[in-house]
Amino acid sequence: MTSILFFEQLLNGIQFGTMLFLMSAGLTLIFGVMGLINLAHGSFYMIGAFSAALIASLTGSFWLALLASLSGAAIAGVLIEIIIIRRLYRRDHLDQVLATFALILLLSEAVRWCFGAFPLYLDIPENLNGTFPILDEIIYSKYRLFIIFMGLLIATGLYILITKTRLGVRIRAGQNDRQMISALGVDISKLYTIVFALGASLAGLAGAMIGAIQSVEVGMGEPILILAFVVIVIGGIGSIKGALIGSILVGVTDTIGRIFLPEFLKIFMEPASATSVGSSIGSMIIYILMALILIIKPSGLFGKT
Amino acid sequence: MKKFTTTLAALLIMGSASSFADGHKVKVGMITTLSGGGSGLGIDVRDGFMLAVKGNKNISVITKDDQRKPDIAVQLADKMIQSDKVDVLTGIIWSNLAMAVVPATVNQGKFYLSPNAGPSKLAGKGCHKNYFNVAWQNDNLHEAAGGYANSAGFKNSFILAPNYPAGKDALTGYKRYFKGSLAGEIYTKLGQKDYAAEIAQIRASGADSVFFFLPGGMGIGFMKQFSQSGIKLPVVGPAFSFDQGILKAVGDAALGVKNTSQWSKDIDNAANKKFVKDFQSEYGRLPSLYASQGYDTGKLLISAMSKAKVKDKDKFRDALRKADFSSTRGKFSFDKNHHPIQDIYVREVIKEGEILTNKIVSVGLKDHSNAYVSECKM
Repeated sequence: MTSILFFEQLLNGIQFGTMLFLMSAGLTLIFGVMGLINLAHGSFYMIGAFSAALIASLTGSFWLALLASLSGAAIAGVLIEIIIIRRLYRRDHLDQVLATFALILLLSEAVRWCFGAFPLYLDIPENLNGTFPILDEIIYSKYRLFIIFMGLLIATGLYILITKTRLGVRIRAGQNDRQMISALGVDISKLYTIVFALGASLAGLAGAMIGAIQSVEVGMGEPILILAFVVIVIGGIGSIKGALIGSILVGVTDTIGRIFLPEFLKIFMEPASATSVGSSIGSMIIYILMALILIIKPSGLFGKT
Repeated sequence: MKKFTTTLAALLIMGSASSFADGHKVKVGMITTLSGGGSGLGIDVRDGFMLAVKGNKNISVITKDDQRKPDIAVQLADKMIQSDKVDVLTGIIWSNLAMAVVPATVNQGKFYLSPNAGPSKLAGKGCHKNYFNVAWQNDNLHEAAGGYANSAGFKNSFILAPNYPAGKDALTGYKRYFKGSLAGEIYTKLGQKDYAAEIAQIRASGADSVFFFLPGGMGIGFMKQFSQSGIKLPVVGPAFSFDQGILKAVGDAALGVKNTSQWSKDIDNAANKKFVKDFQSEYGRLPSLYASQGYDTGKLLISAMSKAKVKDKDKFRDALRKADFSSTRGKFSFDKNHHPIQDIYVREVIKEGEILTNKIVSVGLKDHSNAYVSECKM
């Protein structure tokens, strides 16, 4: 285990974390502002990826595809908010979970109707292919650096949006006291639609960027949705700052854990069983992390107590 | 209304009477993955099977989606056996699901014909007279990959597979035949899509070749990320990451990769030519190896039905064991533990016009059976 490998894995962890952030930022915003548990958030990730694959195959441009993922997921978000989600805000969480779970099934099935069950092709642009030498010996995938860059850009953008703009003031007000802000004459239902579409489009962007290096297929959003929930529970539900720190924490712990745990176990176990035990514990490690954090801070790192 | 009820009752009685009278009818329960990740595999198996039994009035098929979840597969199997009264079950793609369903099914006296999953437990100590695997024992294609690695002169391989029964069988199979040393061995999470961390390890390991078994969407991610990483090592793997369904999604990153398979669309025999042609005209796409396995499963079932009634279990089992059908793979027979003896080929990913597909370059292992025959007491 060299320090170069460690550094590369750290970058991998951060890259994974920034992607998780795009997912969990929307999830936590939607929960914070509207009090809605949205299990269908992973479906927007899928919709973004499929919109991108469709546009990429029609135009051949990756950048147009990214744009399509943002707008495709946002449009879907607006429609779904107006038609279905709007009716759920006053219901209790169990109803929301039930309805948004149904949405997952409906949307997955709809995407399969339109695109078929086989994975679609979406590739990264030529000028981001290959590697970039960060230091003499550390070479790292250009595309993954681009993902980290985009993640940081969006985190900064969200920070400015929430702290410096009028919309941000309303979002924060909505998080604190929903009744008061609507009593003050803010069109609350429009605000909800905007927040929901914003969350959906961030998830869609994540889907397209990740779809380009993984696979664009039906059901791709659900595994990452679970991780996004872990992130917002760790970070404190409703907190964007918590989502950012939680994402990086989960990304780095997961990557470092699943690589170095088997190596660590090899010190006192035979290699074959160390590999197998190590990978088993490695896949549990973020849940262990979550449990530990919740023992110390029951409402998450930045949650309201 | 009363007349309607009596007619209905009469029809029902006639219906059940005829099914008692005609023992040639077989009811098949197909449990396979039709939604979510990995559904491409299940759909191909189903389509291949349905193509084989198309037009056969004595076979009725109930198809259900297991969503790649063992608990759902078990529920479906219970329902099919207890209330639908199927005679034969088939369809399961994933080994962890097969381990959950198959033992209980065959112990209740039903036949199970596996069109895909072939975990080592069911080939060795857990073998059963009512269990037949029409595809392969899980280790087979990986053993051929190990054999190919020797002949290609690889000395130091980095190997990885998901952490589930078939993944363990895969690495065991490769190691059984590969004579070189291992630069590293990793089990990844089942369903994992991002391999940045593993690829970094490969880069640091000093390996001269990479063997991987990552079926379905997992392999798409790996191949794309591997080719972007700039590592120029030769890659070898079983056909599961290079089947027709996913080559399109991998794109040019797969070109030239050697992979091992018991089937290829260019195997030269009449049954295979007919299968490839019929499949294309029926479904408008090229078949994958999964489709060929589903098709062979259907043909095997038909061959046994022509020899014996399914209610006469001993005769029907003997008929299955004879494997008297023309397989898309050419020569095909069952070993003592009801797993195939067949040739395993080395294929290369090529481009035919704009379509990525595979072509056979050599025969990897001839008349290959499996390592667990002696463990099976049957």
